[in-house]
Amino acid sequence: MTTLATPRPSSQGEAFDADAVRRQFPILETRVRGKPLVYLDSAATAQKPRAVIEAERGFYERDNANVHRGVHLLSERATQAYEGAREKVRRFIGAAEAREVIFVRGATEALNLVAFTFGRQRVGEGDEILLTEMEHHSNIVPWQMLAQERRARLVVVPVDDRGVLRLDELERRIGPRTRLLAVAHVSNALGTVNPVARICEMAHRKGVPVVVDGAQGVPHAPVDVRALGCDFYAFSGHKLYGPTGIGVLWGRREHLEEMPPWQGGGDMILSVTFEKTTYNELPYKFEAGTPHIAGAVGLGAAIDWLGGLDLAGALRHEHDLLVHGTEVLSRIPGLRLVGTAPEKAGVLSFLLGDVHPHDVGTVLDREGIAIRTGHHCAQPLMQRYGIAATARASLGIYNLRSDIDALAAGLEKVRRMFA
Amino acid sequence: MSSELDDLYQEVILDHGRRPRNFKKLEPADRSAEGYNPLCGDHYTVYLRLDGDRIAEASFEGSGCAISKASASLMTGAVRGKSVEEAQALFERVHRLVTEGPGAADPADLGKLAVLSGVSAFPTRVKCASLAWHALRNALRAEKQVVSTE
Repeated sequence: MTTLATPRPSSQGEAFDADAVRRQFPILETRVRGKPLVYLDSAATAQKPRAVIEAERGFYERDNANVHRGVHLLSERATQAYEGAREKVRRFIGAAEAREVIFVRGATEALNLVAFTFGRQRVGEGDEILLTEMEHHSNIVPWQMLAQERRARLVVVPVDDRGVLRLDELERRIGPRTRLLAVAHVSNALGTVNPVARICEMAHRKGVPVVVDGAQGVPHAPVDVRALGCDFYAFSGHKLYGPTGIGVLWGRREHLEEMPPWQGGGDMILSVTFEKTTYNELPYKFEAGTPHIAGAVGLGAAIDWLGGLDLAGALRHEHDLLVHGTEVLSRIPGLRLVGTAPEKAGVLSFLLGDVHPHDVGTVLDREGIAIRTGHHCAQPLMQRYGIAATARASLGIYNLRSDIDALAAGLEKVRRMFA
Repeated sequence: MSSELDDLYQEVILDHGRRPRNFKKLEPADRSAEGYNPLCGDHYTVYLRLDGDRIAEASFEGSGCAISKASASLMTGAVRGKSVEEAQALFERVHRLVTEGPGAADPADLGKLAVLSGVSAFPTRVKCASLAWHALRNALRAEKQVVSTE
């Protein structure tokens, strides 16, 4: 695993104590199927610390009202909480201004927003949109829809057998018709960390803007959008220990200002007559309708909570777990890791002999072990490796070595059953 | 190991999953239909050779988990010699068996197919067990399109 950017100084937090961190996640104390829960599916969604659960609950119990509307006290408090969360996100990703932070439902909605505003402005007939073979469907399908609409085409950058993006091929594919490059920061199916800063340099040299799917990026290391140099960065709150239904699109102000609104409705306007509507300023131009206020508050709480940890220690802990997991799984006869890039974060994708991942998942589930099985919304990537599915164990800040060891023991059981 | 898990992965299932019977393409086939589960990528084609109203031979090919493969394997054995109507009735019974459990479908005269009843305790795996059966039903109806259990 690599650090995605320089970790922030850890002086404000306590030294990282994995057991103490784990105890802050109430769900991890539950038992499933009579066994202690071993949660190894954080790449699908992360569990929530008490601080996040309490923040959302506290908002509904004390501050709930609509934002940007009322003159009454609760509306004022709700607006402060919502805008306060935006500022927390701004600091968290190193954005220049809070108005560059657009609240959306999640990374998927963020990517759709870019495709159908910025993309529509930039991509025309015969143009090319550059993607990579390791993209999640959410960073493929919106571009495909746009390409169909505009009679443009998708150009795909291959990955090598380890799951490393072929940068030479990427550079070769940036051509005179390339209008946009969309790339995952971290692959959800393989764990590969892409060198986004370098990719942005390559693309910008040829005047091509870069959209980064950061859904798996933000949970595993600090992100600084200005250091990365990208044009857009999308992520979901729920993979960052925050609530579902809230996510972020960050974009450079000059782009956001040029882009037309995406959805129309309340809050995104300054004035409306039946003849003409004047759109609101950033970020509200892109936030039509009542937003997920409590979700934003929860996301802000997740960011605060992460900020109180020894982040360097947390990263070291996660890296150790990944190394330990790689070693332990590699020792299991017949097990093949899918995705062995030198720069990896948080994901152990594998096949166990010819046992179908679904069967692996069902047997592990009966041991209380939650993993994901299937194509991980990355079917083109599965095709690249000639497989239909993998089993994927993915790590969160709360996992311990004992979780990995439970997984290994569960896999031994699978092996005995299907031998 | 939990007994539900034992019920799901009974020896018959594991055996048919490992060594599926009638696992081939029928050429020529009178009917064929595909079954696809996009959730897990399981994908089978079921082939039928008919003799008048009777299924003279059934086979399948494709890939998927132990449950879907064993179910397809058992199915191709079970429908051989049955009339189209009987095979359709069997589809209904097996569907009840895997969704509602052994109480629902009188497994006594279902023969080996009774082992599929263990699936009912695993709601997420019902689609695996019924995938090939849905393809069979479409083949019987002479529908050529891909069926999906999603």
